[in-house]
Amino acid sequence: MLIQLENITKNYQVGTVTVTALQGIRMDIDHNEYVAIMGPSGSGKSTLMNILGCLDTPSSGSYLLNNNRISDLDDDRLAEIRNREIGFVFQTFNLLPRANALQNVELPLIYRGLPAAKRRTQARDALASVGLADRMDHKPNELSGGQRQRVAIARALVNNPSIILADEPTGNLDSRTGDEIMEIFEGLHEAGNTIILVTHEEYIAEHTDRIVRLRDGLIERDEAANGGH
Amino acid sequence: MKIVIAIWEGMKIAFDALRSYKMRSTLTTLGIIIGVTTVITIVALIQGLNKAFTNQISSLGSDTLYIAKFPWMMEGNSFWVYRNRRNITVKEAEKLADLSTLAQAVAPTLYTNRPIKFQENQLEGAIIVGTTEQYLITAGFVPEYGRFLTANDVSHNRPVVVLGSEIAEKLFPNSDPLGKRITLGGHKFRVIGVREKRGTFFGNNLDAYAYIPIGAFQSRFGAQFRSVEIAVKVKSPELLDEAELELTGLMRRIRGLSGDKENDFAVNKQVALQDTYQRLTGVLWAVAIGVGAISLLVGGIGIMNILLVSVTERTREIGVRKAVGARRGDILLQFLIESVMICALGVTIGVVLAIGLAKVISVTTPLPASIQLWVVFLGLGFVFAIGLFFGIYPASKAARLNPIEALRYE
Repeated sequence: MLIQLENITKNYQVGTVTVTALQGIRMDIDHNEYVAIMGPSGSGKSTLMNILGCLDTPSSGSYLLNNNRISDLDDDRLAEIRNREIGFVFQTFNLLPRANALQNVELPLIYRGLPAAKRRTQARDALASVGLADRMDHKPNELSGGQRQRVAIARALVNNPSIILADEPTGNLDSRTGDEIMEIFEGLHEAGNTIILVTHEEYIAEHTDRIVRLRDGLIERDEAANGGH
Repeated sequence: MKIVIAIWEGMKIAFDALRSYKMRSTLTTLGIIIGVTTVITIVALIQGLNKAFTNQISSLGSDTLYIAKFPWMMEGNSFWVYRNRRNITVKEAEKLADLSTLAQAVAPTLYTNRPIKFQENQLEGAIIVGTTEQYLITAGFVPEYGRFLTANDVSHNRPVVVLGSEIAEKLFPNSDPLGKRITLGGHKFRVIGVREKRGTFFGNNLDAYAYIPIGAFQSRFGAQFRSVEIAVKVKSPELLDEAELELTGLMRRIRGLSGDKENDFAVNKQVALQDTYQRLTGVLWAVAIGVGAISLLVGGIGIMNILLVSVTERTREIGVRKAVGARRGDILLQFLIESVMICALGVTIGVVLAIGLAKVISVTTPLPASIQLWVVFLGLGFVFAIGLFFGIYPASKAARLNPIEALRYE
């Protein structure tokens, strides 16, 4: 099993009030699954995504990723896990504005400590795989929204992570470009990648194989997607 | 290997950031530039002065004592005390020479200022020195041509003169001065030698001197109201302190001073000048360090301030870097390198300006200034010290950012 969540809770201290974002999540995700996490705002889906992406640690419960216990690692170990195991795709792309596409894709490899020549080849390959072989030296502001998101996907792929974690990846795109992005995810899934998608749009979730619906910090339903394949 | 890559990447990122904010980066370095320029220029000035001073006072001879009515260094109104002292006489100098066991040579000297003439050529402001053949040793006299005064010249009070090189050049631009009769303050003297060129000593032209036998001096220009300065060359430099004691004792005996009386003469030496000089430059050093420290502090705070702004502006970038695997140390290093690079820019500009300034100073003013290599290394030290010290707070602030909040930052 790739991901095993056992009774995950998360509390935030807001002033003197404790807010419970997750009240006990139990969920397994296997290799090469394609999962959508859905829920209204405030349902805890962002918190869950942060925990899955090792940006945050749960208040209690256990998170096993590739049978490694993540739940109580320190910041630097988490950074290494994020570097090797997780590829993030954000709604707002989050590319570095002053770096070109190739440099953006190289970024995770820098923190992995790879020498420049090796980084370049790997980043080129990743960009080529999302169809941007001819846009490598363009800066983000010289690219369309769809192209930017493809750069971000290439960056997520470049380290061969265990999970690709996409947070509303089509949220800032028109529907046609959104569809293109979803096609890329489908291709990645078919190539054997594990993809977790956070979204609040049904038709996006329909692209996946499995939909996990959250409400008030709990899993409301966990079901196979009917529209998918 | 990993750390090398990390530093290299950090340098590229920092360079990129500095380039995108050229104006801001340059303004930030102003404080550092001013600090470094000030410190290096003042240090260069002090170094130049030191060199000039050492050159100059070496003409006094480190193994020569000068017994005189006035000390070289006087404090406050003490001039009036010294003025009332008895004049030192040639007789006393002769007795001193007889009695001293540590003196290699003893030369009494008298000075006066008279015009010098040869035919149409006249020279004002030349200094006439009356002395003995011993002066050859005490002053390290080297003749350019001709000869110095001999014991015979002195004992017979012969009207002969040895010229400083500048006097010789001005009076005899196209002819050989040897054997010519010139007029010193209205009295005829025959030129027997010319001294080699010596340059200036604190603005005094050392080549505008003319040397005559001391007896001839006294008979032409007066013996009364003049106090003799006795130059004593010690047999070897290490005997200097001992000789000072001996000469002081002998002078007291010669002058009949009882035990309760204070010395009514001064024993001057080069070392004392050096001490005074060092006290003076000590003040300069303090000014240099003070001004430098303040402007470097201000510059450092400027850097810290701009880095804090930069961290805030780049919060999202930091979030992205952390999300894709940057550890705290990576972010810390990145901002420290940026800080050191701003500093390096400032110090480089500062050093270049200082070198230029030193050149300008030494060309346009009589002040010498010399920049030495260690100053540049000192600058390098500043780069790291200031960069790291003032960079550490903003850098650790960046490193501690929570990636989730940083990614959400607008």
